[in-house]
Amino acid sequence: MIKVFIPRDAAALSVGADEVAAAIAAEAAKRKLDVQIVRNGSRGMLYLEPLVEVETPKGRVAYGPVAASDVAGLFDAGFLEGKPHALGHGLAEEIPYFKNQERLTFARCGITDPLSIEDYRKHGGFQGLAKALQMKPIDIVTEVTTSGLRGRGGAGFPTGIKWKTVHDLPAGEKYVACNADEGDSGTFADRMLMEGDPYCLIEGMTIAAVAGGAQKGYIYVRSEYPHSVHVLREAIEIARRANWLGDNIQGSKYSFDLFVRMGAGAYICGEETSMLESIEGKRGIVRYKPPIPAIEGLFGKPTIINNVMSFAAVPIIIDKGGEFYRDYGVGRSRGTLAFQIAGNIKQGGLVEKAFGVTTRQLIEDWGGGTATGRPARAVQVGGPLGAYIPASKFDVPMDYEEFAKVDAMVGHGGLVVFDDTVDMAKQARFAMEFCTIESCGKCTPCRIGSTRGVEVIDKIIADVDRAKNMALLEDLCVTMADGSLCAMGGLTPFPVMSAVRGFPEDFQKPAPPSNKFLADAAE
Amino acid sequence: MAKNAVKKSDGSQVVQVPAPTPAEVAALASCARHGNKPDELLEIFHDLQHQLGYVPDATLPVIARALNRSRAEIYGVLTFYHEFKRHPVGKHVVKICRAEACQSMGTDALCQHAEQSLCTPLGGTTADGMVTIEQVFCLGNCALSPAIMVGEKLYGKVDPKRFDEIIGGLEKEAAE
Repeated sequence: MIKVFIPRDAAALSVGADEVAAAIAAEAAKRKLDVQIVRNGSRGMLYLEPLVEVETPKGRVAYGPVAASDVAGLFDAGFLEGKPHALGHGLAEEIPYFKNQERLTFARCGITDPLSIEDYRKHGGFQGLAKALQMKPIDIVTEVTTSGLRGRGGAGFPTGIKWKTVHDLPAGEKYVACNADEGDSGTFADRMLMEGDPYCLIEGMTIAAVAGGAQKGYIYVRSEYPHSVHVLREAIEIARRANWLGDNIQGSKYSFDLFVRMGAGAYICGEETSMLESIEGKRGIVRYKPPIPAIEGLFGKPTIINNVMSFAAVPIIIDKGGEFYRDYGVGRSRGTLAFQIAGNIKQGGLVEKAFGVTTRQLIEDWGGGTATGRPARAVQVGGPLGAYIPASKFDVPMDYEEFAKVDAMVGHGGLVVFDDTVDMAKQARFAMEFCTIESCGKCTPCRIGSTRGVEVIDKIIADVDRAKNMALLEDLCVTMADGSLCAMGGLTPFPVMSAVRGFPEDFQKPAPPSNKFLADAAE
Repeated sequence: MAKNAVKKSDGSQVVQVPAPTPAEVAALASCARHGNKPDELLEIFHDLQHQLGYVPDATLPVIARALNRSRAEIYGVLTFYHEFKRHPVGKHVVKICRAEACQSMGTDALCQHAEQSLCTPLGGTTADGMVTIEQVFCLGNCALSPAIMVGEKLYGKVDPKRFDEIIGGLEKEAAE
């Protein structure tokens, strides 16, 4: 029997993986060949999806991007024996895009069947948790602190400190909450991991529960990710049956159960306190801090909140030790980050790499330049609240502190590439517009400031009192940055001001004729 | 005398309660399935939207009573989230991503094409009730932009031509 791997990841499905799987099954049946199709996760080389892999004695041979219409030709060429074909890439592990990564969190993603617990264990899964069940909770916290792991959701707060706060509070009702509301454009690492290696997240959260003394956990997944929700719910069910969740996990004294909650299209629910409100079944309105959620979080109880990527990094930290993880990276940014190369890019995908890699390396060495073939003019790093970086800063290393020095942020590691046709005044306007749509409305700078921001940028574009309005925009951005309750209004000025500072020429163009009515109205 | 009350010939009063509508029955059943727990309100709305296509206003008092919350609170939650719809939508909901990664690959032109070819603005439904198009911000398919989602099915690298093929497929499916 020959094993053929075809990803079930949503991105692979979006370009026809199901159709390819059906075509391969049909063709194998027609030719009376014994083929077993495994639906794995994605390796993250999304430009090659659907990436079909065939197990051979030499290793897994990759073909992609395969369309259903290519399948008969692949059979004719002998792809089941790993023979060459125009779509062939040789051994999957040897593809430079994949080989030159440092895969810690994503070590299994794309290799295993996401729902098979046996597969997971065979590839080192649950070793971290098995170890954690034998450790003193404070030693788990220490190990995470040693690793230097910082919140992968974007803010970069040291994970060990959060855990210690919850650990040190008296025993009682406590929670673990996973922020899987991955709403930032240009990011899909959480989705890929949830669909490609869900037990890794489950394991990480369970270790957090043991360390913090929590009994119950929630994964808050956005409604735009129906595939992730289905995979997670199934994986949790299987983990419960195998006693990796539930009462007295693997015969230990620890009990922990996990539930998936689906969001409903509100970007703001990626803000941790807004997410807590949403899990409680309320409007996703941001809470005042203090009290911090580690002390008064979900249902008013101590709660460990982390991003998917932070929890998913924990199993390997506990398994191999905090020092092993800490040895990757630069400065105060330790370990690896799953960079996501997206937008106008030839070879988009996920690249897990130690901190210190540069934007240029990612978009040129891995990304292969823009999809349109034009020069890359701007890269937005860290989602819709991240700065637009001009080509002159492409060599700044990916490091929380180095990026902060140039008024940018690494955030969740998402890179959205734009070619030289981009109009940065339009992008600045969009940043404000996005804030008007997604603001929770609790604080004035964010709620009203964003609306005023759109109006001011419209006037600048229409060449109405440009100098005066530029000064006004800058003033407004300072107010929003300093006066907003959370990162939504507080960081919206980042993309806006980075566009103004990095691409001033785009704000000096003659007014487009279509906006003349606006100019008239303003007079 | 109470509203809806009818006086019978023997002088007693009978209050006539109208039979619950199917939507109200569905709401009650969903609340019960979720243990009438207020923290599962979003799940209840998802349930109803899945069954009925939208969350009818008539279900709000029913949910409020079942969860022991005020109608205002239930209404407030429903209207906070972009995903929940308060009015009937087309047979297929097509979400077009308008976020930055898709912008860099021409989603603005795709949105325009969708509006023109289907003769409805984003947020609207075609005259035959087949398709509702709406904007979303990020479907998590940013390396294969522009992305759209039809129901729960995700599509990547959608240019106007592929968009027409996808919509054509829906129409063909309906005709069969």
